[in-house]
Amino acid sequence: MVKNAVEIHDLHVVRGRRTVLEHLDITVGAGVTGLLGPSGCGKSTLMRCLVGVQQVAGGAVSVFGDPAGSSRLRDRVGYVTQASSVYDDLTVDENLRFFARVLGVDPAHVDRAVDAVDLDDHRDQVVGRLSGGQRSRASLAVALLGEPDLLVLDEPTVGLDPVLRADLWRLFHDLADRGTAVFVSSHVMDEAERCDRLLLMREGRIIADGTPTEIKEKAGAGNIEDAFLAIVRGAAA
Amino acid sequence: MNPRILFAIAGRVLVQLRRDRRTLALLLVLPCVLITLLWWMFKDTPVFDAVGPALLAMFPFIVMFLVTSVTTLRERSSGTLERLLAMPMGKLDFLLGYGVAFGVVAAVQSALAVALSVGFLGLDVQGPVWLLTVVAVVDAVLGSALGLFVSAFAQTEFQAVQFMPALVIPQILLCGLFIPRDQLPATLEAVSNVLPLSYAVDAMQTLTSTTATADVWQDLAVVAGFALAGLALGAATLRRRTP
Ligand SMILES: Nc1ncnc2c1ncn2[C@@H]1O[C@H](COP(=O)(O)OP(=O)(O)OP(=O)(O)O)[C@@H](O)[C@H]1O
Ligand SMILES: [Mg+2]
Repeated sequence: MVKNAVEIHDLHVVRGRRTVLEHLDITVGAGVTGLLGPSGCGKSTLMRCLVGVQQVAGGAVSVFGDPAGSSRLRDRVGYVTQASSVYDDLTVDENLRFFARVLGVDPAHVDRAVDAVDLDDHRDQVVGRLSGGQRSRASLAVALLGEPDLLVLDEPTVGLDPVLRADLWRLFHDLADRGTAVFVSSHVMDEAERCDRLLLMREGRIIADGTPTEIKEKAGAGNIEDAFLAIVRGAAA
Repeated sequence: MNPRILFAIAGRVLVQLRRDRRTLALLLVLPCVLITLLWWMFKDTPVFDAVGPALLAMFPFIVMFLVTSVTTLRERSSGTLERLLAMPMGKLDFLLGYGVAFGVVAAVQSALAVALSVGFLGLDVQGPVWLLTVVAVVDAVLGSALGLFVSAFAQTEFQAVQFMPALVIPQILLCGLFIPRDQLPATLEAVSNVLPLSYAVDAMQTLTSTTATADVWQDLAVVAGFALAGLALGAATLRRRTP
């Protein structure tokens, strides 16, 4: 039994001429782990490493004991890219049925996934005619299909109304309670409080790691945004 | 390779095409309209019998090249390819899925064009008519394979369309449509000998002029070889890990 879902050791990623991730060492365990940091800090790049679609310059990423991206992992890891990756010219239902066939999961999962993201009313609508938030929910539903053991979600709640955002966070916790390791990125600091564990990232490095409460206490700040600023200033001083 | 995934992809591509009524209509009707136009232009001359076969080889090739390069480019840029590659999908499933879907469309397209040319416009075909359709389908798969390959080198749909004059028009000029290939200057004839469309057109012309099919199968094998090589090149451009 491997206790961590993800173990990253000395990960180094260069994109173009830019070093995006620098010698990262991270583990991701059970529960909802949040990855928070400003735009361009490397969140999406790190997530791409976890699912094995990013070329890396060095280091190792293992998921459930196998190298990230191995064929054995591909039906155990659900992935939502930052831009919603569903077919615009298919309906929500057709999209989900297609991905269910690719994953080889029972079509009954489609109903559950549609339910989970609250798209029942729009099932038969072509994705291209949905709102941005509805489209990203359709994309999220695809990742829920196979009941994966690890969910990698790149900013899944951007542009959603507060009620729906709260619903989705509840869903993430429900999934985590049932044993899925959930790894979510966000650049909205107020979402941080909803995570079981938080990784703060800046310029390709992890600058803080702990529960939201621990991070706030350590930085002596009242909220995560202030804590982030305090840590950055502390490092600069 | 996994047949379930392959046919899931082929089915999905066909549903997408069916939804796009305008493209589908253009795919199926346009070749017929253009062939009719040509027949009309050269009415009462023997020209149609000479160029008709070449046209039957050209349309599936051009059309599938365009459709495939744009659709796979869309798939690359929309993130759906990245998602599929993170799923248990093999590259071959993806490529052959597209190949099967467009092969089906090409079969329908060619069946219509062949039926029109032979049935209504009086195109003389000595060889078996069904073999004409087989050549057209292999030709379409070749177009798809090439389109798939170039989609890796284009960043936008606009660029993808620009590959058409670069890769397709030279083949049309040299395939024997304008002047028989053996009357080309020696250098150009040598060039036309390594272009796949030349063989597809040769096959069509043989089919219309004689009943012997041995040469046709040989040309068909060459076209199929190019199509396979194109698919292999396309597979090489499908990278699971990208920079
Ligand atoms: N395809 C690419 N080629 C080269 N460099 C890239 C590419 N994609 C991203 N980068 C660079 O990598 C860095 C990190 O990008 P990344 O997408 O991981 O940031 P992010 O934290 O997800 O930002 P955001 O919150 O805006 O989504 C950026 O500086 C960006 O310029
Ligand atoms: Mg990002």
